[in-house]
Amino acid sequence: MQETGFTPAHIVRLYDRFEALDKEKTGLLRPQDFGAINGLAMNPIGDRIIGAFFSPGQETVDFHSFVRILAHFRPEDKKRPKDPSMPEPVNSRTSKIKFAFQLYDQDKDGKISRAELLQVLRSMLEMQVTEEQLESIADRTIQEADLDKDDAISFEEFRKSLEKVNIDHKMSIRFLR
Amino acid sequence: MACRTCLWLLGTAFFTCTVRLVVEGTEVGAPQGSHPEPGVVGSNHSQAGGGHGSSISGIQIVTFKWHHVEAPYLIALWILVAGVSKMVVELNHSLTSVIPESALLILIGWILGGIIYGAGKMQTFTLTPTVFFFYLLPQVILDAGYFMPNKLFFSNMGAILVYAVIGTCWNAATVGLGLWGCWLGGAMGDIDIGLLQFLLFGSLIAAVDPVAVIAVFEEVHVNEVLFIMVFGESLLNDGVTVVLFNVFDAFVSLGGAEIDAVEIIKGIISFFVVAFGGSLVGIIFALLISLLTRCTKNIQIIEPGFIFILGYLSYLTAEMLSLSAILSIVFCGICCQKYINANMDECSVTTVRYVMKVFANGSETIIFVFLGISAIDPAIWVWNTGFILLTLLFIFVFRFIGVFLLTWILNKYRLVPLEFIDQVVMSYGGLRGAVAYGLVAMLDENKFKEKNLMVSTTLIVVYFTVMLQGITMKPLVTWLKVKRAAVTELTLAEKIQNRTFDHMLVAIEDISGQIGHNYMRDKWHNFEERWLCWLLMKPSARKSRDYIFNIFHQLNLKDAMSYVKEGERRGSLAFVRNETKADVDFNKKFRASFSEIMPDIMADNMGPDHVPLSSILQDIVPSVCLDMHEQDLEMRESEDFNAHHLLQQHLYRGRKQHRHRYSRSHLETNKDENEVQEIFQRTMRSRLESFKSAKMGVAPAKKIQTKHQKKDKPQKMPNGNSTDKSKNHPYGDKDLEFSEGDCGSGGEAAGDLFPMRAYGVEAGIVNPAFMAEMDPMDNMQQMQQIPHVALLPQTLNSFDP
Repeated sequence: MQETGFTPAHIVRLYDRFEALDKEKTGLLRPQDFGAINGLAMNPIGDRIIGAFFSPGQETVDFHSFVRILAHFRPEDKKRPKDPSMPEPVNSRTSKIKFAFQLYDQDKDGKISRAELLQVLRSMLEMQVTEEQLESIADRTIQEADLDKDDAISFEEFRKSLEKVNIDHKMSIRFLR
Repeated sequence: MACRTCLWLLGTAFFTCTVRLVVEGTEVGAPQGSHPEPGVVGSNHSQAGGGHGSSISGIQIVTFKWHHVEAPYLIALWILVAGVSKMVVELNHSLTSVIPESALLILIGWILGGIIYGAGKMQTFTLTPTVFFFYLLPQVILDAGYFMPNKLFFSNMGAILVYAVIGTCWNAATVGLGLWGCWLGGAMGDIDIGLLQFLLFGSLIAAVDPVAVIAVFEEVHVNEVLFIMVFGESLLNDGVTVVLFNVFDAFVSLGGAEIDAVEIIKGIISFFVVAFGGSLVGIIFALLISLLTRCTKNIQIIEPGFIFILGYLSYLTAEMLSLSAILSIVFCGICCQKYINANMDECSVTTVRYVMKVFANGSETIIFVFLGISAIDPAIWVWNTGFILLTLLFIFVFRFIGVFLLTWILNKYRLVPLEFIDQVVMSYGGLRGAVAYGLVAMLDENKFKEKNLMVSTTLIVVYFTVMLQGITMKPLVTWLKVKRAAVTELTLAEKIQNRTFDHMLVAIEDISGQIGHNYMRDKWHNFEERWLCWLLMKPSARKSRDYIFNIFHQLNLKDAMSYVKEGERRGSLAFVRNETKADVDFNKKFRASFSEIMPDIMADNMGPDHVPLSSILQDIVPSVCLDMHEQDLEMRESEDFNAHHLLQQHLYRGRKQHRHRYSRSHLETNKDENEVQEIFQRTMRSRLESFKSAKMGVAPAKKIQTKHQKKDKPQKMPNGNSTDKSKNHPYGDKDLEFSEGDCGSGGEAAGDLFPMRAYGVEAGIVNPAFMAEMDPMDNMQQMQQIPHVALLPQTLNSFDP
């Protein structure tokens, strides 16, 4: 598990968790196993997160992929030498932003369209917000972030809009260090 | 307006004091105790000693029978004064956010003490050990135990114990020895004291005080792990303190010569006996309470009374057996929370919670006020610069050293290391308080010639820690957390994204199971489910506990089922399109079952995923939203403003770090309950809808072959799922029909993985859907499967919501 950067102790712990989630002991996780985690039902984007674990076309998640996805949330290794020949580690800033991007971009066309943004907004805003309000928010958001005026947010634009945000802080879970 | 009220209140406070003093002043040469005046006719002048009526000149219409009511009157008056002081303190909120309440209360105590002193009545009102230990402390500790976040507490138990036991011993030893060394070196001048007395003093001054810690940490928001460490330590170190105090007290009595290895070993053994014995007493009383509340179905009005009485009894019993009383009452509170919350009527639970807070708050206020008053007593003041300053220095420095040392050791074994900032806060937050004062006041003057010196020093230490450290704690914490986001206006995208990140983190935390599973925990959970719940909880409570989550899905599925049946009956798609009929009225149904579980809200459940909804909701409810510091925007353009404003108002707040904030003065009523409900309903609704979409695909495909040709590929159900459940339900044939074969998608893009997955899950759904008619009580196992099954991921390409 070198590429994820987890320590053996962590891997063991994650494996225990994987096994606990895998109620039927098939060695693979299915959406309903995730669904059983009750906290996720309370999360506005819980279902999207569940979806992120499954690669397109896959119905199950094996341990390797499970760990890989979780590795995105490891805090960054500050001391990592910047070696351009090595592939980008999973928990680098870029990879984290990419993960976040993919949550929005469900159809994987590399852009967050207005419709996709609307969906996310809808799920994160209270019920009392009306459609027009939603649309105006979405419009303004795209206006702010969209630099090439194609009415969608590409990955680069997305990344640019987050350049002031401390991604490492916002997208890391300490105990996965 | 506030000024006037303030002055008015201060005036009242002074007035009550003067009244009392005047009243006191009228007892000229009266005996100290209050003797009830004999008979109806009394006289103003106290000739109470005789107990016979004095000669009267005529019938007195109204008499002033002060001594008749003296004792209770004074007590009530003092409680009133304490309450009024608290009101005065709370008047100005900006003041209390800078200076913690406890410090202000001590200040008021000084003022009051000054008044009393000025009126010539010193020493009448001090914080005596008896009053403190028997009447003021138990409620505070019971409150701490009852509201303790169990999961957090027990998962950090190892670290807490290390700090409590080893840390306190370290503090005691170093302070004692340090002072002894300095005394030998002559820094303190000539005082009549010895090594053992120093060690005793060290042991009583070493303990971190729970009352003071809570009072200060209420204002300072720290993360929950840090909080539970300090809090837990302050509660559990009583075991050590009691033992050390008694041991050294006995040693001092014995004299230095008698101490040999046997005595020391006895001391060590007594530690274990005291600590575990105390906890055991507490646990026994917790069992008693739970059993009692189990049987009080018919007389619910007296339930709260039991809690308090038995809690108090556990304290006294432990005290009687010379075990650790604080440990006893803490464990009593910790262990009984869950069961009594489940067993008791909702009103009783609210009563208990609220009254406990009232008592704890009241006690704490009285304690601090009296700590202030007790200072204004010249008789006790002995000033020895060396002793006092060195004590202050040593407790401060050695606390830091101790914490850092222990943390360094602990971090080798912890998966989540404690950071530098945490350690600093933990060291700085080691406040001493009234317990130390109570202990020192209990010392025997004959054995301890320098008792007054010790009392003075203890008071100064308490004031120093509570006031100085209390006041500077918050700025220190803020200063340490230097890295703050630049105070610029965030763009919409950033705001949305920030919130998304928060939700994401929370979700990932849940998925990765921050609290790891381990063998012991699971074993305990199983044991508890099987035996303890059976023994200690009312049968009805047991049932509702387990099935709350499932009730919801039962409702879900009942509706889904009825919907399908309708579809089958009508046999047309036109019906299927009309969603409104089959729509579940979440609000009504959810609220109904939700209100039943209200008592459960605070019930905490140790264990992994199959936790009942109640405790989930308790977990979920975010208590503090951190990012409320968003800047108010200037109006750039009205549109823009609206968008930001909308976001600020209506974005769902995620769960934050502080969900387990323990607060002395605030009951955690679920402020964001509505939000949680709403999110939950929406998630369920969307899952239900995708389920319906599955049904919509399946039902027509099966029954109405003609009408609908779904294009998508048939999905193979994971066999494990279907065969499992098909075994035990009556509608075998129908089940099989549905479980294999075509599942249409909503006609959406095949590339979208969600519908596919939805149908993968569907097979499982069908069976329980039909089984929903069976008595849910019968198959717990099956019903527990329901959460998996009905929780379909949201179909993003939503078809006509």
